[in-house]
Amino acid sequence: MQVNDNKDFQPTIVAFCCNWCSYAGADLSGTNRLNYPTNVKIIRVPCSCRVNPMFILRAFQRGADGVIICGCHPGDCHYTSGNYYARRRMTLLFSMLDYLGIERDRTRVEWVSAAEGQKFAKTMNEFTEAVRKLGPNRRLEDLRCRKQ
Amino acid sequence: MQEAMISKAKALLADGTVTRVIGWKRGEFVYDVTPAVFESAQELDEGFVYDDFTAANVSKYLIKESRKEGKILCFLKPCDTYSFNQLIKEHRIIRENVYIVGIPSDGKLDAEKIKSKGITGILSAQRDGDTVKVETLYGIETLPLADAMLEKCLSCKSKKHVIYDELIGEDGEVIDSDRFDMVEKLENMTAEERFEFWRSELSKCIRCNACRNVCPACSCEKCVFDNPQSGVENKAPADSFEENMFHIIRAFHVAGRCTDCGECSRVCPQNIPLHLLNRKFIKDINSLYGEYQAGEDTTSRSPLTNYDTEDCEPKIVHERGVE
Ligand code: SF4
Ligand code: SF4
Repeated sequence: MQVNDNKDFQPTIVAFCCNWCSYAGADLSGTNRLNYPTNVKIIRVPCSCRVNPMFILRAFQRGADGVIICGCHPGDCHYTSGNYYARRRMTLLFSMLDYLGIERDRTRVEWVSAAEGQKFAKTMNEFTEAVRKLGPNRRLEDLRCRKQ
Repeated sequence: MQEAMISKAKALLADGTVTRVIGWKRGEFVYDVTPAVFESAQELDEGFVYDDFTAANVSKYLIKESRKEGKILCFLKPCDTYSFNQLIKEHRIIRENVYIVGIPSDGKLDAEKIKSKGITGILSAQRDGDTVKVETLYGIETLPLADAMLEKCLSCKSKKHVIYDELIGEDGEVIDSDRFDMVEKLENMTAEERFEFWRSELSKCIRCNACRNVCPACSCEKCVFDNPQSGVENKAPADSFEENMFHIIRAFHVAGRCTDCGECSRVCPQNIPLHLLNRKFIKDINSLYGEYQAGEDTTSRSPLTNYDTEDCEPKIVHERGVE
């Protein structure tokens, strides 16, 4: 796998965060003044299972370099079982992306609760660094969707 | 077989069991055999065709047909019965309005494949054991059966009818097929090679949407890919990997419901091996969530509308296979 040595490259990261846990976790890491990269663009969703595979591909098409989905820990879903469905869907989708030869480290699922501000910041730092190493996403971008 | 089917259809029309028959008729060329509805004995005599080129799965047509007045007779090959069952499960077909006669199938011929061997002007084809004799405008050509048979039939998964009202001939068995071999081969390539493989295949796509339109599992009235706001409803005027979203989502939307009937690959005018995408999902589902064959029954829960608290984490993708 090719590694990007360009230290100046700043990846665009899209993070889908569940309203009931990781979105609050992001808030908490903010109020605790923990640092996480400004590259991370958070999109709030009502539940991790609201994330349609199309959202993820769409983000990549429009220029995201990495997409991360954050939801409540298994067993803790606000709607009882949403994250269990999300877990199956994301596993299959990521496996398909891998099958098509898309770099594995561009996608991730992480379970972050509302109390885990620290974990949120740490996850975002690690993920951004991993994507930065991969360099810009070319394999999934779509020229039709590129913003001028 | 064709004669037996016509007389069966005539008898069922005559005794009032059914009012219509869905079968196939010939198009412009001998190998253009497309689904058609017949309403009388005379129409059957004039147009009903069932031969080695009759591959089309009529299950999907029954969504609309079973909602019309009167009962309709359909002939289903073993693989078609899985699609039919799956549609029953999804409440798309009204079972009471359909009379199913199961017919055996020992594989169908692929005119495109025959043509790709340089044989043109096909007038007829005759199977004879392991060979096929093709009569053309320019004389007679003989080729091995495997070179003339549809890909989906070469890796047939079952000769068993999972649903029927009556059968013509004997019922078969589920077959232990090698249908995942190519998926495995791809999995063992490097990411770079996989990407190149898929880019070269998918960039041939002309976005005719035939694969979506023919798929019995793709039966939404409105499809996400028809949305002009999406920016991806047409072919991209660039030679790249840009149709990937269509293909990933098409396969994803039928994941857990795809019966592996093989229609998508059969109709693709660009010969893109779409079944390799569907089979990847089927293989993953089998290995991660337990063996599952869509359409086998009408009661089990599909793997994507189900879960287990002990399911694996998506990380598993990062941990296995070749990078
Ligand atoms: S049938 Fe083939 S060419 Fe047409 S949209 Fe599907 S993959 Fe593309
Ligand atoms: S995706 Fe292809 S193989 Fe699967 S049900 Fe649809 S047409 Fe058949």
